Formats: sequence, C-alpha cells, structure tokens
Amino acid sequence: MKRHLVSAADLTRDDALLILDTAEEMAQVSSRAVKKLPTLRGRTVVNLFFEDSTRTRTSFEIAEKRLSADVVNFSAKGSSVSKGESLKDTALTLQAMGADAVVIRHGASGAPLRLAQSDWLHGSVINAGDGTHEHPTQALLDAFTMRRHLNPGAGRDLAGRRVTIVGDILHSRVARSNVLLLSTLGAEVTLVAPPTLVPIGVESWPCEVSYDLDAVLAKTDALMMLRVQRERMNAAFFPTEREYSRRYGLDGIRMAALPGHAIVMHPGPMVRGMEITADVADSPRCTVVEQVANGVSVRMAVLYLLLGGATPADGAPAGPTAAADAPAGPTAADAPAAPAAEESTP
Amino acid sequence: MTTHLIRNARILGGDPQDVLIADGVVREVGTGLGGADTETDATGLVLLPGLVDLHTHLREPGREDAETVLTGTRAAARGGYTAVHAMANTFPVADTAGVVEQVWRLGRASGYCDVQPVGAVTVGLEGKQLAELGAMHDSAAGVRVFSDDGKCVDDAVIMRRALEYVKAFDGVVAQHAQEPRLTEGAQMNEGAVSGELGLGGWPAVAEEAIIARDVLLAAHVGSRLHVCHVSTAGSVEIIRWAKAKGWDVTAEVTPHHLLLTDELVRSYDPVYKVNPPLRTAADVAALREALADGTIDAVATDHAPHPAEDKDCEWAVAAMGMVGLETALSVVQHTMVDTGLLDWAGVADRMSFRPARIGRLAGHGRPVSPGEPANLVLVDPAYRGTVTPESFATRSRNTPYRGLELPGRVRATFLRGVPTVVDGEPVAPEAVAGGAA
Ligand SMILES: [Zn+2]
Repeated sequence: MKRHLVSAADLTRDDALLILDTAEEMAQVSSRAVKKLPTLRGRTVVNLFFEDSTRTRTSFEIAEKRLSADVVNFSAKGSSVSKGESLKDTALTLQAMGADAVVIRHGASGAPLRLAQSDWLHGSVINAGDGTHEHPTQALLDAFTMRRHLNPGAGRDLAGRRVTIVGDILHSRVARSNVLLLSTLGAEVTLVAPPTLVPIGVESWPCEVSYDLDAVLAKTDALMMLRVQRERMNAAFFPTEREYSRRYGLDGIRMAALPGHAIVMHPGPMVRGMEITADVADSPRCTVVEQVANGVSVRMAVLYLLLGGATPADGAPAGPTAAADAPAGPTAADAPAAPAAEESTP
Repeated sequence: MTTHLIRNARILGGDPQDVLIADGVVREVGTGLGGADTETDATGLVLLPGLVDLHTHLREPGREDAETVLTGTRAAARGGYTAVHAMANTFPVADTAGVVEQVWRLGRASGYCDVQPVGAVTVGLEGKQLAELGAMHDSAAGVRVFSDDGKCVDDAVIMRRALEYVKAFDGVVAQHAQEPRLTEGAQMNEGAVSGELGLGGWPAVAEEAIIARDVLLAAHVGSRLHVCHVSTAGSVEIIRWAKAKGWDVTAEVTPHHLLLTDELVRSYDPVYKVNPPLRTAADVAALREALADGTIDAVATDHAPHPAEDKDCEWAVAAMGMVGLETALSVVQHTMVDTGLLDWAGVADRMSFRPARIGRLAGHGRPVSPGEPANLVLVDPAYRGTVTPESFATRSRNTPYRGLELPGRVRATFLRGVPTVVDGEPVAPEAVAGGAA
C-alpha cells in the first residue's frame, strides 16, 4: 500500500480488501468494553481541517484515539494565501511539531496531493475530503457497509453488485471516490442525476450514467443518495427544489421498487424532503447510522495500515491475521484502562 | 560608430552569409566581407530578425515583486526579442496617457529591448467605459494595440465601439476571449481531466463563442481584430473561416499551448495553472497546424511572472500564468521546426514579421538586408539543454518547463546594432541603458 491515501485510485483491489478486512477486526475491538489498542502509542496524528466538518473530524478523532495516537486538532478554517497562513507554512509547522500523519480536509481540490507530493512534510497524508475531488475514507466505509449487507466475509469483494449513486455528481467528492473504489472491487456502478449535475467527461469513468431514476431502481442492490444543496438551484442546475425531489428524490414509493435485499445509503448530512423523504431516512433499509459506526472502523484500519507497520517495533506484516497476532496489532490485551464511556462519546 | 561583422550566419536558415552592421543598421550582406572593428563567428548559427512579442506582462508599475521593466526586458533580450508589447493590467491600469508613457519611458531607459505599451480598452479593465484610447495613441507611447487582457471585453456594444473607434488611428483591439459567465469559478480546461480532478471547468466554448461574435463584429464595422492566445481547435476553425471571408482578423498562440496539455494538471501543481488553460492533445495538434498554415499569425508568449508564494500553494488560490520569454524560441523550435511544420523563415514570419505588422511597429520585423535596422538574433539550433529557471533573467521562476530538455539557444541579440545579449547572457545594464533606444 502507498504511504498516503489521497485518492481511492491509490488502492489496488488487494489494498482495498486488506483495509476492509482489517476494519472488520477493528469493528470487533469497538464492540468491546475497552475499545483502545496501543498500536499508535507515541505517534502523532494531526487532524488538519480547513473546512468545518464535525462528523468527519470526530470520526477520525475517535479512530485515532482508539489506536492510542496522540491527537492534535488543527483547525485552519478560511486559511489561504489571500487570507493568512499558507498551506505550505501550515505544513512546515506541522512537520516541525513531528506529525506522523496528517488527516486533511480542504475546500480546494488537490490540496492533499500537494501536501503529499511536496517536501513540506514527511508524514502520511490522509485525504478527509478535498473540494469536489475525493473522499476516499468515505468510499471505504461505504464499500464496507455494502459488503456487510451484500457479500459478507473476509476476503470478499463486491463483484457483480449493482450500486446506484443519485444526486449532485458534479460537485460530489463522495461520488468520485466511490466510482473508483467500487469499480476496483468489481461492483457495477450507475450514476443518476439531471444532466446538469453530471460532469463533462464522465464517459471515461468506469460506470454507467442514467438520467432516469425509476428505470434503474429494480436493478439496484445498493442505492446511495447524495446530498443536494438547495443553492444549486440558483445556478440553474435544476428549476426548483420540488422538481428535483419529484424526479430524483427517494420516497417510499420509489423505495418499494427496489429489490427486497437492497439497501439505501447516504453519506450524510441528509436534506430531508429534498433528496430523501423522512419515511425512507427512518426506515430499517436505510444504513445511515450504520455507516457512521463503520466510518470509525474503516478509519482505524487505514491509520493502522498506513502508520502501524512503519516502525521497527511493529515488524509484523500488515495482513489482518498476522497483525492480530502481533504484539502491537489490534488486540486489547495491553490496552490502557481508558474509560470506555469517554472513548465512545462522539 | 564602430562596425560589427557577423560572419557565416544562416540568414533565416539559408546558406551562410556575412552581415555587416554599422550605425545601428545592416550595411551589407554578402560573402567574404571584412574590415569591421569587431566580429562574431556565427558558423552554424541561424540569423533571424529580432523577435517581437505581442503579449508580455512586465508587471511594472505595481507588481515589481514579480517583474520590472528592466528585468522583463533583460529576459526578453535573452529570449531573442527586440520588442515587446507590455500588457495593460498593471497597478494602476495602463488606461491613461500618463501610465502608458511611464511604461514606455521605463523601456527606453532599460535599453534591452523596445517596450511598446498596450493600452486598456476600458477604464480599469472593467469593461464598462472606453478608456481615452485617442490620448494613449497621441502620447509619446504611440499606442496602437488596445487590450483588456486578463479580462474579456464581453459587452458586445463596448466591443463594437472600441473596434470602430480605433480605426481613426489604425489601432487594433486584442481580445482576451473568455465569456465570463461560462467561466465563473473556472480552474482548468473543462473535459475528462477536470471531471476527474473536481476542478471547475473552463469550457472551450467560452473562448469560441466570443471569437465568433468578435469576428462578426469586426466584419460588420470593417475593423481590425486581434485574438489573443488562441487555445482551442474550435477557435482555429472560426478564425480560419473569418480569414477565408477576407476579414481583417489576426491571432496569436502561446508556446505553452503548442506543447503542454491539461493532463499535466493531474499533479495539481499550480505551475501549470494558466489562462486560457492548457487544453487537450487534439487542441495542441490543431494549434500547431494553424500556426504552420498561417491561420494563426504569431507566437506570443503571454509571459506572466508571479512571485513564488503565488504558485507555492493549493491550486485553487494560485495565480494564473507562466513566464515564457526565455523559452519561447526553444519551444517553437521543438514543436514547429524539429517536427518539420515550419522552417526558420516561417519562424521569422510568425515571431517577428507578422507580430511587428500587427502591432504596427516600424523598425521591427524587417528583412535582414542593407538599410534595415539591425534588430537581429543569432540562434544555435544544434544546442540542447535542460531548462534551469535559476539561470533566468526574469525576476520570477514560474516556468512549466523546469527540467525539460529543449533544443536551441539564443547566442546573441542586437538592438539597433547594439549587442544586448552576448554568448547567451544579457550584457551589463550600463552597456545598453538609455543608449540603444
Ligand atoms: Zn489573456
């Protein structure tokens, strides 16, 4: 596996399966009374957030703490060349502080790659969402959730599973990462959106495109609804909120057209009444809450695999079984007695 | 005045000849000439008329941290140029006789190459009210090229009036063709790569729609139109059509649009961020073909220096533009000469004769023959070297060619007989200051 996780395209099929399998083990740890592993003890992980995102930052923070990392939250909202300290100076600061990994959320597409490819800092860079580019850990948690429902078991992929992603594809980093990762895992992906919200050049993506949601529902194993910001209406991407909901929103009637085993997913935050109705959001087929829990497991796995094997002390190969047996692997045996309640508080 | 002999130079790539320079003009061209005070052995070198750039950002006044007229003209001389057109988007904007005269005087004082200021079309480049075009023309700077470059004159009525108005003094409007509404938030060429990278798209149609409108406007009012930095295959088609109609339309292409594509943006390295953006390989091929067949008249650098901090950052906030004066001729040799698309006479035509004619620059873009001003450049076409920005004369380093091996090297440049570059490097400022201009 590469040293950084900037794009879902960085992951081979084996890499992706290793992360998902490791995440399953992490999930077991998370279900224990003592949720903490000593794996990243003494390692510093910085959550560098240039954009507000409490849910993503909290998910990473819980994952980092469960692995016993020293966690630093570095909020640099609004920072840019024009507004203050540059990305470069921030990175140099973090390097001087000895960051072993930087989890970065940034409004500018490509900012994580700039960090990873610069000599500004030497730690691992994990993309926690960049502009309208990618959000690879979101895609991993989505794939993890799909696999649990559609093809459960270690070492298994999503071959032949049909995933439909609906909404603002043009501006969605979640869609981009999901298309890349899901196709790596063998899934058949269909994007559904009004043509205004489909990127130019989508023909080169490893997926199908449809403008008709009703036509694809019956051929869907996992339906992922993306958030659609009401402001898009003002830029003439669609006429009105109501028209968008009628044509591309998911309500109970449409959900009934899905195969019985199909799940409904959403990366959150949901705009109820826009892309999803309340009865769907609250239905047992909707995996939104489960996705949040899976996010912690997947992020633990990513941090563990990117950082865990990087020191001589962690000499064990990074395979899930070997790792579980290794002294510093995901085992709670020598975990410090951290209060479980504190650790499970988001 | 001393006499200087250039021996065994291949004029416009032809057979070796000697060129005798005296009193700032070419006195004699022939073989076996002698009797000069000094000599340059030009065996193996190509002699071209001094290059003329229609599109240079010298940044002074206002952004002297990026470039000054002195550093920019040194870079121009090092690139083989004897005249550059200084774009108007300075601080303050060159939209009055006072500012264009200031830039013109700074150029005279530098002495490395002639600086012909371009005047803004509209006050403050804001596209609303015509600047005092006549006053800028009547000033010492004698402005004939007007451009809001950096911004498009998007209001059709303002564009029409500007085209009409400058006819009074044989002026030309040089349009930066960019439909503003179609390019809000634009970060790179709109296509497969922008879709993958999640960067706002700058669609080809935003350039082509303006060019189509402008050629029709120019035809309607019988004016001269120049199209800046053409970047798409579709633009080429429209210009080809307009020329076939006999309309007075000219166009330029930058060296970077002849070589680089939007695939480079995958690195998110802002050194590749430029406006208009790098396009596709198909566009590059169309631009080369158009330059070869003359549909595109000129190579213009769009030399756009920026300080390091404006490029050493995330893509979205980085400045747009690349330096180009010192690499233009090498890129043209690489893309046009070494590929067989253009011979050296063609290079002289596209980089000197035609741009001088478009800018109405007397004394530049003239043949190498007796009685003509000795604005000359000696090029070593056999040279191959790696681009090292640290050796540049420009104050900025934002070149997309760092580390790239390119052919050709300017060995010497003469401005009215005075050497501004010797052995590839600019002469000392005192050697040219005030004296050559
Ligand atoms: Zn321009």
